[in-house]
Amino acid sequence: MLRRHHDMGGLDAGPVDPFGPGAEHDYAPWEKKVDAILRLVSDQKRQIMTVDELRRGIEELGPGVYDELSYYERWIASVTNILIEKGVIEIEELGRRMAEITDAWPAGGVAEAEPKTAGDLS
Amino acid sequence: MAQDHSHPHPHQPDLEETPLTHYQAMTEAVGQLLIEKGVISGEELRAVLEQIDSKSPAAGARMVARAWMDDDFKARMLADVNKAAEEMGIDAGTIPIRAVENTEAVHNVIVCTLCSCYPRNLIGLPPDWYKARSYRSRTVREPRVVLTEFGTTIPDAVEVRVHDSTADLRYMVLPARPAGSEGLDEAALADLVTRDCMIGVTLPKTPDL
Repeated sequence: MLRRHHDMGGLDAGPVDPFGPGAEHDYAPWEKKVDAILRLVSDQKRQIMTVDELRRGIEELGPGVYDELSYYERWIASVTNILIEKGVIEIEELGRRMAEITDAWPAGGVAEAEPKTAGDLS
Repeated sequence: MAQDHSHPHPHQPDLEETPLTHYQAMTEAVGQLLIEKGVISGEELRAVLEQIDSKSPAAGARMVARAWMDDDFKARMLADVNKAAEEMGIDAGTIPIRAVENTEAVHNVIVCTLCSCYPRNLIGLPPDWYKARSYRSRTVREPRVVLTEFGTTIPDAVEVRVHDSTADLRYMVLPARPAGSEGLDEAALADLVTRDCMIGVTLPKTPDL
């Protein structure tokens, strides 16, 4: 049977380390914002996308990106792709706004990705 | 640079001292664009962020303690967690949650092999290990071994049941009431109920005698 990369139930993997580094972390404000945006665009009032579409978008990132991005990076990548796909936001305005935000940020430009936690390496 | 920038940044000052990542900038940009287009409002965003912060294992623990005290409530909770939560003024959300009861003969554990589905309205955001490859892959295959990695040994005579959550149906474990807790009131019982025992990877705390 062919499996897609997210379909990992029953496969071999290393031990769970519930007490080790990366086993838990306090969610950062930007991570909660990703969660909040998803909840709002998928709520009863808006119904712009569903959680199934979120997951489809995450799975479509492909094995390389899926493993490279952190958990909420996968979420915002998926949400953004789907909002563009549905014409809610345009890719050009998104690019412009991201550049403005990055330029205006006191500490400047694009940082290295944050260290991965156990939940990211999934 | 920041002075001629017209968009307000709801960030803490200490965060602004570290450079933004590509996906943090994307999150900020998507939030701003959705607000400017009137798709969402800033007030709605703040309200949802507050709601996320308000969810914790305390809600699930209160329900477990009530179920230990009151058999009728337990029956209603096993029939319909969301409705039973409502009775207690707890918002369990619209996605159905099913409670699976631990007994002398059965121990239950929950997982989401495909992603990270979790009864967050009752126990908060999931820990990272719940979303990790090792937990997602192995819990359905060798749950007893995974449980020992949490320090939990389930006797061979007790059946271990694994429940794989989906976007449309989540699970929570109703742990067995620990021995020695007979005299405790509901609040003291709730203190014995941890997040991890409602996932099924540990047992409730035992009362200090």
